[in-house]
Amino acid sequence: MNDQKVTKNVKEIKVDLDKCIGCRACEIACSAFHSRPRFGATNPARSRIRVVIDELNDVYVPIRAGDYTPAECTGRHKYTINGKEYNECSFCGVSCPSRDYFKEPDSGLPLKCDMCEEDPTLSEPWCVQVCRCDCLTYVEREELVEAEDEPRGEMELGLESLMNKYGVEKVLDAVARVSSKR
Amino acid sequence: MRYAETGFNLEIDLSRGSIERVETDPRLTPLHLGGQGTAAKILWDRVPPELDPFSPDNLLIFSTGLLHGTPVPGANRTAVNTFSPQTNFYSHSLFGGFFGPELKHAGYDKIIIRGKSSDLVYLWIHDDKVEIRDATHLRGKGAIETGALIKEELKEPEAQVAAIGLAGENRVYMSTIEHSNSSASRGVGVIMGDKKLKAIAVRGTKDINVARPAELFEICDRQYREIYDNPNCGCVFRHEDDESWHINNFAWGNARERRKGMWTQEREAEWAATTRKYTVRWTSCYNCPKDCHISIAYPGRQRYQLKCYSKLTYSMAAYEELDFNYSILGLTQEYGLDGFTTPQLLAFAVELYEAGILTDQDMPGFPATTAERFFWLVEKIARREGIGDVLANGVYWAARQIGKGAEEFDHNTMKKFEQVPLKLSMVNFPYFLMYATGEKMNITQIEGSYPQVPIADREEREEFVAGWEAAPERFKRWFLDWEPREHQSIEASVNIADWNETMHYIDDTIGTCAFLSSFRGQFGGRPPYHIYNLPQFVSCATGMELDDSDLWKIAARNRNLIRALNIRRGLRRSDEKPPEDHWKKRDPEMEQKMLDAYYEFKGWNSEGIPTRKTLEALSLEYVADDFEQRGILPEGEGTPLQEAVQRAGNR
Ligand code: SF4
Ligand code: SF4
Ligand code: SF4
Ligand code: SF4
Repeated sequence: MNDQKVTKNVKEIKVDLDKCIGCRACEIACSAFHSRPRFGATNPARSRIRVVIDELNDVYVPIRAGDYTPAECTGRHKYTINGKEYNECSFCGVSCPSRDYFKEPDSGLPLKCDMCEEDPTLSEPWCVQVCRCDCLTYVEREELVEAEDEPRGEMELGLESLMNKYGVEKVLDAVARVSSKR
Repeated sequence: MRYAETGFNLEIDLSRGSIERVETDPRLTPLHLGGQGTAAKILWDRVPPELDPFSPDNLLIFSTGLLHGTPVPGANRTAVNTFSPQTNFYSHSLFGGFFGPELKHAGYDKIIIRGKSSDLVYLWIHDDKVEIRDATHLRGKGAIETGALIKEELKEPEAQVAAIGLAGENRVYMSTIEHSNSSASRGVGVIMGDKKLKAIAVRGTKDINVARPAELFEICDRQYREIYDNPNCGCVFRHEDDESWHINNFAWGNARERRKGMWTQEREAEWAATTRKYTVRWTSCYNCPKDCHISIAYPGRQRYQLKCYSKLTYSMAAYEELDFNYSILGLTQEYGLDGFTTPQLLAFAVELYEAGILTDQDMPGFPATTAERFFWLVEKIARREGIGDVLANGVYWAARQIGKGAEEFDHNTMKKFEQVPLKLSMVNFPYFLMYATGEKMNITQIEGSYPQVPIADREEREEFVAGWEAAPERFKRWFLDWEPREHQSIEASVNIADWNETMHYIDDTIGTCAFLSSFRGQFGGRPPYHIYNLPQFVSCATGMELDDSDLWKIAARNRNLIRALNIRRGLRRSDEKPPEDHWKKRDPEMEQKMLDAYYEFKGWNSEGIPTRKTLEALSLEYVADDFEQRGILPEGEGTPLQEAVQRAGNR
């Protein structure tokens, strides 16, 4: 543990639901940017942003792909905002068995938004760039955070789950044992 | 590898319940591109001219555009083609939204429907899985409501649905096919209803290959931004409260009169408040930044989306305030009734009643106010009940069935089809030609590249021409010399008609929206798509190397093939005239000269029939052969022998 503060670059995409016109250009651009070769194909089914549209209830909600889950939620909220009802799923970016979003159509593998970080020269992520009516806007800001709040790598996450399961002592013993055999 | 197109059509026979995925002939793409063009070829090959449009063998074809499913912005117009029972000619309709690109991603360029189901069904296309499903539980359901119900029962919120309403089920001639924020009008819903096909739902997740993807994406990204910034494209009235253009220029009632002084500031404020009250959101079509449609919530009605001038058509036909239009549209869109022709039909019926031609006997319980009468008539027509059964055949046929002088009230049809309610003073020759010779039955599908009126100020005019990238040089010259209240020369008129329609013929093959292209040059002269930049989009997507003249030639080929479809069904020069009273001041002699010149320019004979020479130059020899076999063209016409004989005869 340390109590050092570090600055972290926080990237946000703000969504103004009232401004969405349902054009799906964000889906098209995202799928193009992530296709191999880059811009090789456009296909909304492969996009990491999807616009949840229910025309009759005036639901237009762009959501970005987040984590994967093997099981859908058992119970879900229904939100009423300004007299309009939304399902919880309409705000949820999880690649989830309850729906088609955020899965590669061929393999079914989950898709995840990476904020277009593959191309560091981009001033803004692609979905934001093409959203001309400013439903999506991009904000980057510096935030002072505890050093430990830095995103942890895969190894740390794995170790942590092992410690949760077996306790710190046992994990350390195991590490000593295994490494002595090498 | 095939680029931009999937290379497969879906063939559905509703009589036999069969479904086939059929590979298409790749040689047709360079000849016709796709969309309406390749659909015309299928209609030519497979629907003989004697065939009754209500025959099970009539085809109903849904065509994606060649550029659907590519990143080309605004490429989302699905073409629907068949033969119309109203005109007995080729029927052409377009609808936007999301259907075409979805179908393409499902792996199909077209859906070709033949046969008739014994009871109401719908089609469910999910990539390779295609089913014909029972739709009897959807009978009588609204067209938009049907879409929602189907998505729910399939648990496929992402499916795109095109459906007919009650009017289509009952084979009302002016019935539409409704999808999302768009409708297919001009006589295609009636055939879908005749085939007992309630809806088509489609979901597609496959990739579409394009030839030069990175280059294409780059020009499309630029184009998308340009479209957003360009004030001269999309529906320019969509955020406007000032309706004076339509209110002052279009005719009210049964296309009867223009009402000067009707549009005042007070009315504008009132109507604006009405619109605010019901507006929920502006929406666009697939991959287009122009939000041309307004989602409307009218109390007690199904939510619907408003498009272009149907905002006013019912109010103007009924001499009513705007609220009436919002109310009746909520009903008629669910019934699936065309918002352009239906109001005229209703106004026509009201006129017949007032003239004593239709009586209380024909119309028991006919209400007293025009607004109530319109609602009364809509219910009868959508159900084909009583007088509604007659009116459901459109103004032309209803007038003849009713008789007793009703024919006199049919003053705004052409080729048996209701026209835009425009009554103008002085004949305009390019417009005369477009009305008379168009195969698409509605002027909005023909006009659009050359301005409707000259610019009075010389300097402004020069400025306009200087930045007019969309126009071939000759049009710049003609426009520069065009003074107010002057006619355009024969040569200019013929060329203007030709250019205007050519741009539509291009859009209708590649699937780009006319609001970004063929329809949008006439106001402001800065359409995002035009003859000089379209080739690059098509080339990058398809890999075909072509330029503006190639594109023009393909459009001419499609134009002639579609002409041939109608010629084979009996269309002749005598049919080619605009509504009698479209212009107050006509010039019959000059009009006929214009028509002669236009036919000659097109390479058609004096009856408006494409000659063998013309057809051969467009690789349409098979049309010429067919014409000769049927005696439509004299045999051997245009051959050296025949020309020698003619020369000898002239001596
Ligand atoms: S690009 Fe913007 S407006 Fe268009 S669908 Fe995406 S979020 Fe909505
Ligand atoms: S989509 Fe999200 S909210 Fe809906 S069930 Fe899945 S995880 Fe839960
Ligand atoms: S930020 Fe990039 S990866 Fe994420 S949804 Fe937008 S375009 Fe796709
Ligand atoms: S210009 Fe309007 S009608 Fe045309 S594709 Fe765009 S939103 Fe649709």
